[in-house]
Amino acid sequence: MEDLKNILAEHPFFSGLNEEYFALIVGCASNMRIDAGKIIHREGEEANHFYLIRSGKVTLQMMTPNKGPLIIETLTEGDILGWSWLVPPYTWHFDAKALDLTRMIALDGKCLRTKCENDHHLGYELLKRFADIMMKRLESTRLQLMDIYGDRP
Amino acid sequence: MATDPELLSLKVDYKWNPMLPWPFQIRRVKHETEDTFTIELQPLGALEEFAYQPGQFNMLYVYGVGEIPISISGDPANPRVLVHTTRAVGTVTKAMDKMKRGDILGIRGPYGTPWPIDQANGSDVVFVAGGIGLAPLRPALYEVVAHRELYGKVVLLYGTRTPLDVLFRQELENWRARFDLEIYVTVDRAMTGWRGNVGVVTNLIPRAPFDPRNTMAFVCGPEIMMRFTAMELHKRGVDNEHIFVSMERNMKCAIGLCGHCQFGSVFVCKDGPVFRYSEIKEMLVKWEI
Amino acid sequence: MVGIHLKTLIFERSELDHLVETLKRRDYKVIGPLLRGGAIVYDEITNTSSLPIGWTDERSNGKYRLKNRDDAVVFDWTVGPQSWKRFLFPPIQKIFATHKRPKGIDLPNTKKQPVQETVPAKYAFLGVRPCDLHAIAVQDKVFLGGPYRDPVYERKRSGNFIIAVNCRQAGGTCFCASMGTGPKATSGFDIALTEVLEGKRHYFIVEVGTELGGEVLKSLKCLKATDENLAALKEICEKTTQQMGRSLDTTNLKSILYQNSEHPRWESTASRCLTCANCTMVCPTCFCATIEDVTDLSGKQAERMRKWDSCFTLDFSYIHGGSVRASTKARYRQWVTHKLASWVDQFGTLGCVGCGRCITWCPVGIDITEEVRTIRENQS
Ligand SMILES: Cc1cc2nc3c(=O)[nH]c(=O)nc-3n(C[C@H](O)[C@H](O)[C@H](O)COP(=O)(O)OP(=O)(O)OC[C@H]3O[C@@H](n4cnc5c(N)ncnc54)[C@H](O)[C@@H]3O)c2cc1C
Ligand code: SF4
Ligand code: SF4
Ligand code: FES
Repeated sequence: MEDLKNILAEHPFFSGLNEEYFALIVGCASNMRIDAGKIIHREGEEANHFYLIRSGKVTLQMMTPNKGPLIIETLTEGDILGWSWLVPPYTWHFDAKALDLTRMIALDGKCLRTKCENDHHLGYELLKRFADIMMKRLESTRLQLMDIYGDRP
Repeated sequence: MATDPELLSLKVDYKWNPMLPWPFQIRRVKHETEDTFTIELQPLGALEEFAYQPGQFNMLYVYGVGEIPISISGDPANPRVLVHTTRAVGTVTKAMDKMKRGDILGIRGPYGTPWPIDQANGSDVVFVAGGIGLAPLRPALYEVVAHRELYGKVVLLYGTRTPLDVLFRQELENWRARFDLEIYVTVDRAMTGWRGNVGVVTNLIPRAPFDPRNTMAFVCGPEIMMRFTAMELHKRGVDNEHIFVSMERNMKCAIGLCGHCQFGSVFVCKDGPVFRYSEIKEMLVKWEI
Repeated sequence: MVGIHLKTLIFERSELDHLVETLKRRDYKVIGPLLRGGAIVYDEITNTSSLPIGWTDERSNGKYRLKNRDDAVVFDWTVGPQSWKRFLFPPIQKIFATHKRPKGIDLPNTKKQPVQETVPAKYAFLGVRPCDLHAIAVQDKVFLGGPYRDPVYERKRSGNFIIAVNCRQAGGTCFCASMGTGPKATSGFDIALTEVLEGKRHYFIVEVGTELGGEVLKSLKCLKATDENLAALKEICEKTTQQMGRSLDTTNLKSILYQNSEHPRWESTASRCLTCANCTMVCPTCFCATIEDVTDLSGKQAERMRKWDSCFTLDFSYIHGGSVRASTKARYRQWVTHKLASWVDQFGTLGCVGCGRCITWCPVGIDITEEVRTIRENQS
């Protein structure tokens, strides 16, 4: 547990969070190990967690009817996976799969979101942090969409 | 505002016309990907060697079709073969794509500013390439690898469209196998089976192993990619003065005389194509400059 | 300039013919003004009878008209649609021709011995206005001052004999005085003429700019200029300056234009601009060129031609995928900003000499002096 706490404390995602909230988050955290090739969650499933990747590699992918699964993005050490737990209807929009043996810290989103509803200050602190991640993802997605290496950027 | 008499007193050299190409013969054609090919050329006639610096480019003339700027992608330590890697996108490049061993191309050059590798002595070197942008960086990579002991960490971050578009695959593998080079490749999208990264190349910057306070970064790719990359490098702590980018503009002469490559107050052909990011940063965000 | 001894002489109108003859004898190809197609243009002349004697031009925004004056003044017009640049930097120039052979192609550099080009006749330019003298000096910097010298320009420019003519009257669109380029020639000529018509007497005041100029004049009947002559010269030039209706304030202009790259004026002028490129074609300093590839029908011969180009065309900035300067606004801004700001960074001089041609030959009468004034007075 002490180990978990240290890892979380060092992660920029949680920096600046007050003691009380931090303790609460540590309380919702647990270690997780996913073998290579295993699915973490599937599109459409209920989203009750988010993850901090400690090592390994996770792919976000989408099923396409004629081309099979298409990889949208890969996440690695230090990345945060998942924000669907935060916004209704709390379902995953992509498949997440461990490409290599992956170690993560899972955070119980179901428990956290109830706490956020009751304590908007905590809610805002978390939302602010996710907004930053979402913004970066959106920016990369836009660049990907532009297809800048393609024929007509 | 009279003309400096020295300008006019210099002797006219009728023998030398910088707009005339030299004949080069294609010795080898290699198809790197579906739309990108590498040609190896050998000078014919009076020229025996073709010395250049990493980052410089040539004007390639295809008989009756046109002439375009293409960076040199070979190993500067071997000036007997001239190597160009080109993506077939339009009239001239598609005509080049059809050329075979033995065919003749007109070449003039080398032109433009090189990657200032000498300024990276003693520091970490980060190459960030996007798409075909890996080709103009390759000579610099060769040079850095050849004098590996002069540098700290050497990192290549390379982003391209799909796994099928990865250039110089074998070479990347060889480099990846070396313990003293860090090679990261990412693609914009992939089918399962691709074990590498998916996402934009800028995503690789925050975690790449280099010391931002002692790093020289060389960036080449589409303009948007270079802009975001420079911003991300700067966010990581790299000084804007230590970031270099290679610009692309329309070029007809490559020698500062036709006006086409103007980018604000500079000529990309003679003041560039390699620029210090801090010097052109403001122009990069002006529209249609 | 080194080796220049300025001295002033006079010669009578009739001696102008001797000047042309002397130059021809010295193997110059004499280029001077003549009437053609309702305009005063420059071309080879063999004597002075083809000069636009008694003609003057009227210029205003988008308008140019010749008028007969009923006197015998030779140089009472200002500038026409052409400039001397067409002789030094020809509108079309073959760069090389190449042939397809059974074994590949032969390029000019194939042989170890590069092609030797024949030396053409040297040009003598008769009637170069002070603004155009400066335009030549500007193009000298562009074509000869960089790391690569333009061989065509260099060849055509070498050995020029330049006869400048000071302006007796300002054209309706001239603004050389504010650009410091006229209306009196101060350097860059071999000889400079000022035409004087005093009752029946018709003569030229001649300033000698180079030793060669002095030598050529030895074949002519010249007198030393008197104080009265010098006073007449001064008076003529002052009168012309006062007559000039337009001006362009260049103080701090470079940074004003750089800082106002998003000024709304660019957009509003762009809505009038037809992107016809006339302004860049008539401009004596614009140097842009494109290359065209031509093949004959059999495909056995291919040529590369260099042609004047303009930043007003869409193709000018084309890179794969599209043009960098797609909007009219961007292209119009490039023109003005290049002439009056980035040119200074690139060549250490302004790219505009105040000849007013771009105003005269703009079909919608856009006036560069007016544009600059508006931006200067309403900086964003
Ligand atoms: C310094 C520099 C280095 C480059 N290095 C490489 C490289 O290593 N590999 C590579 O694949 N590409 C490179 N490019 C881009 C390459 O020059 C263009 O892709 C190529 O000019 C497209 O010509 P095209 O006729 O096939 O295309 P089209 O789209 O058919 O273009 C039509 C015509 O437009 C003109 N044109 C289009 N783009 C350009 C341009 N950028 N410069 C000048 N004229 C242009 C040409 O006259 C061309 O024939 C480089 C560009 C520059 C400026
Ligand atoms: S910009 Fe206009 S006024 Fe200035 S030199 Fe060119 S044509 Fe003459
Ligand atoms: S104004 Fe336009 S055409 Fe004239 S020199 Fe500048 S870029 Fe070329
Ligand atoms: S390409 Fe002609 S001036 Fe740069």
